[in-house]
Amino acid sequence: MNIATHDGSLAPSRLSRLVTRHGRIAPALIFLAVFFVLPVSMLFGLSFLDSDGALTLEHYQRLWDKPVYLKVLGITLKTAAWTTALCILGGYPIAYLLATVAKTTRARLTILVLMPFWTSFLVRTFAWIVLLGRKGAVNTFLLDIGVIEQPIKMIFNFTGVMIGMSHALMPLAVLTMLSVMEGIDANLSKAGSTMGARGGQTFWRIYFPLSVPGIAAGGMLVFITSLGFFITPALLGGARDTMIVQTIIFQIKEILNWGFAGAIGVLLMVAVLMIFFVYDKLLGLSTLSGGAATRAASLSKNPIGYVGAQVGGLFTRGMGTLCEWIGIAIGRLFPRRADKRRAGGGRIAIWMVGLLMMGFLALPALFIIPVSFTESGFLGWPPQGFSLKWYQALADTPVWANAALRSFTVAILASSLGMLLGVPAAFMLARSSFSGKGAVFAFLVSPIIIPNIFIAVGLFFLYAKIGLVGTTIGLILGHTVLAIPYVVITVLAVVKGYDQNLDMAASTLGANRKQTFLRVTLPMIRSGMIAAFMFAFIISFDELTIALFVTGGEVTTLPKQMWDDALLRVSPALAAVATLLLLFMSAFILVSEIIKRRAAKRS
Amino acid sequence: MSGENIKLKIRSLRKTYGSVVALDSADIDLRDGEFLTLLGPSGSGKSTLLWAVAGLNDPDSGQIWIDGREATHLPPFQREIGMVFQNYALFPHMTIGQNIGFPLEMRKMNRIDREKAVMRVLDMVKLGHVADRYPQELSGGQQQRIALARAFVYEPSIILMDEPLGALDKKLRDHLQLEIKHLHEQLGVTIMYVTHDQEEAMVMSDRICLMNNARVEQIGTPEDLYFRPNTVFAADFLGESNLVDGIIRDVNGNGASVEIGGAGLTRALPNPNLSVGERVKLMTRPEAIEVLGAGESRPNEVSGTLREVIVGGGATKLFVELQGGATMRVTQLTRAATERLCPGAELRLGWEQHAAVVLKHAELESEL
Repeated sequence: MNIATHDGSLAPSRLSRLVTRHGRIAPALIFLAVFFVLPVSMLFGLSFLDSDGALTLEHYQRLWDKPVYLKVLGITLKTAAWTTALCILGGYPIAYLLATVAKTTRARLTILVLMPFWTSFLVRTFAWIVLLGRKGAVNTFLLDIGVIEQPIKMIFNFTGVMIGMSHALMPLAVLTMLSVMEGIDANLSKAGSTMGARGGQTFWRIYFPLSVPGIAAGGMLVFITSLGFFITPALLGGARDTMIVQTIIFQIKEILNWGFAGAIGVLLMVAVLMIFFVYDKLLGLSTLSGGAATRAASLSKNPIGYVGAQVGGLFTRGMGTLCEWIGIAIGRLFPRRADKRRAGGGRIAIWMVGLLMMGFLALPALFIIPVSFTESGFLGWPPQGFSLKWYQALADTPVWANAALRSFTVAILASSLGMLLGVPAAFMLARSSFSGKGAVFAFLVSPIIIPNIFIAVGLFFLYAKIGLVGTTIGLILGHTVLAIPYVVITVLAVVKGYDQNLDMAASTLGANRKQTFLRVTLPMIRSGMIAAFMFAFIISFDELTIALFVTGGEVTTLPKQMWDDALLRVSPALAAVATLLLLFMSAFILVSEIIKRRAAKRS
Repeated sequence: MSGENIKLKIRSLRKTYGSVVALDSADIDLRDGEFLTLLGPSGSGKSTLLWAVAGLNDPDSGQIWIDGREATHLPPFQREIGMVFQNYALFPHMTIGQNIGFPLEMRKMNRIDREKAVMRVLDMVKLGHVADRYPQELSGGQQQRIALARAFVYEPSIILMDEPLGALDKKLRDHLQLEIKHLHEQLGVTIMYVTHDQEEAMVMSDRICLMNNARVEQIGTPEDLYFRPNTVFAADFLGESNLVDGIIRDVNGNGASVEIGGAGLTRALPNPNLSVGERVKLMTRPEAIEVLGAGESRPNEVSGTLREVIVGGGATKLFVELQGGATMRVTQLTRAATERLCPGAELRLGWEQHAAVVLKHAELESEL
């Protein structure tokens, strides 16, 4: 092992000191500066330039003059607000159930939430078309049992957008709320009940207020993410449900008006920042990183927070009393017997609601499978006969195989590059202390907070200048921007959980730094590293927005090909692609979950 | 003790988790104003028993009566009990005042009375100035005092405490032990207390209920358990003990004669459950054994060789190997070095008859 002997023999020069100080984190920072900050700023800069490159406010003047854009912004905010409300309402029972069951049960049930989270947005959206279309499974079923006489219109309107978006984002809300709820001490509710509080009172007065930071953080993430949506409104909505990102895409793809697209982008960005500001005033941004830290003390000092706390207090008190009355009424109807075991009716109800919502998350995607075997030429329920002709058709068209191969190559290379840049940065963040560490972390993860469309359009513009449009390498670099935050977050968690005393123990036992890393550190954190890689792989493999722009119609990826096809017609052939993708992704997610679990067991 | 009223009656209580029996055939009576401690190693069932009384788990069979009313399967909020948890379980989103006021609010007490009651108990635990603070702004010891105040404020029928001092350091623990004991005496409340710390149990309790392997091993006053343990487990768990193998040679109302391996016949307290010829353990406390000087004598005497001397602060421990091979520990007050004995010396040990107890033979599960 000549690497081992090489280590430590380096003379400490100024250069090496500089490299050890910044070498781990600089590559990631420089990469993001070039492929994230630069293109996004260029895009926003464009909005202040006219077609000749002179400074102008004409794009903003136009935004202001044409009411349609403010209206679209209004629709976007309304859609995002409703999506947030539905995700919180539907996700809360799931998160509550997961947080209050035994650990092993939780691990199993969490997969039901994670699977849809990582299943392609496109596949899930197609599934809703199969389910909710005029000839979809739901309408067919309701017609058959005679509940309705005419098919109900459930998609290509706001209802469709709401179903699709809340389905897409509810797992995010659940996982965020769960991270807070897991930190709530179960003894608190028990203590409440020994002091005379009924179930309703312990929930509303004790559990619910403690889970509010989770609701706030989950709601915030869902809201911000929905603002950048365009797949679901485009495929499940009508013309009146157009969201702001769709208008940006239109300006660039159809009209080539970069400056105006940039101005719309700035409008959306300003909206996002204002929401962040209000959120910070109300609840504090630190709640976004999870943990049930109670901020009651500091909040009551700020006027908005004070009013919020008072209103919240009234609400929980009211709900608590209401539930108490219901409890007392039920107690009158069915008196508790001191000599009979308790039935646990409340618990059963929570299980039922929770499982129902998990079914809503996990089951729809499965409907795509039977339709892919139909003999009929269009998507209808029930599928007609059994045929493999759509799979045959896929095999006969090289465009799909090529797209799949390209997606795979791009995902492998982008996640590798993401690891190469992200892992050292995560190590540095976990182990050294330097000024501005919080800012560096925020910068490294910011690509997942900024709507993808800005990165996509910005890169398109940048690539056009340096001739990277339509190249695989351009796509890889773009996906790496998105992969870095996920790698940093995952690896940071793993490294932080690693007991550094083990390294010191190894070195006192005679291992040098290389040996310590290879024999002790790496085996311990390997599973976490693999999980980070798989995470990044899925992000890239499923990515549509960047692919939509930087491929320039020449090289295509699987999601892009599916999107292009879906805009024409959602056909059984697409269902066949979606089925294959579903199987591949499910296997992939299961493997990565198993690896992650194994890692968790060891630490 | 303020009376012979039974506050809590537990009969043949059993609780299982899957195939694990956590508690079996527990029978306990708790008298009004009594301080009863459930003592035992972890996994002995003491917390399961306490939680069953609180209504926080649902027993498989058996009954619980609180104040003469059956409560076996009643939900906790209908039991009129108070509970103090090990990690305090103070509500982090409420101020100290709101925390203590919570049980009163649940009982629909009006705000003014509530505030008066809160201030009264806060003064009682000497923390009158913290009503507007949040729990996380207080130290561990202060938080535990608040948890006590919250359990005392509504004067529940019984107060249950689940290792309430387990998370505190030694010095604070000693201090709070006395504080809880004084609160108990002042207020005359009935307390059921769980701990695995035998010293804590000895200091605080009127009676101790020793638990082992999901069962009640022995219930009695601290003196009962210390000087007259019923089992080898009880003798070993409370304090230090010498357990020497022996055989009963004679037994009557006045005492038992036990032959210990090679060291001759000794007299011990009577034990009607044992018969002549049975293998037993002879239990003595190290501090009840004396090293006899020339001319001194005791009813029971053995001789042996001093193997080791350990000076540990105020007490010195001698390890003496008896002629039969068994080792006996002797604890003495530490004296100046010149008077100390040296290993290898031949010694005579002696003790009174009432200092020795015969116990049914049993091997201990673990050497501590």
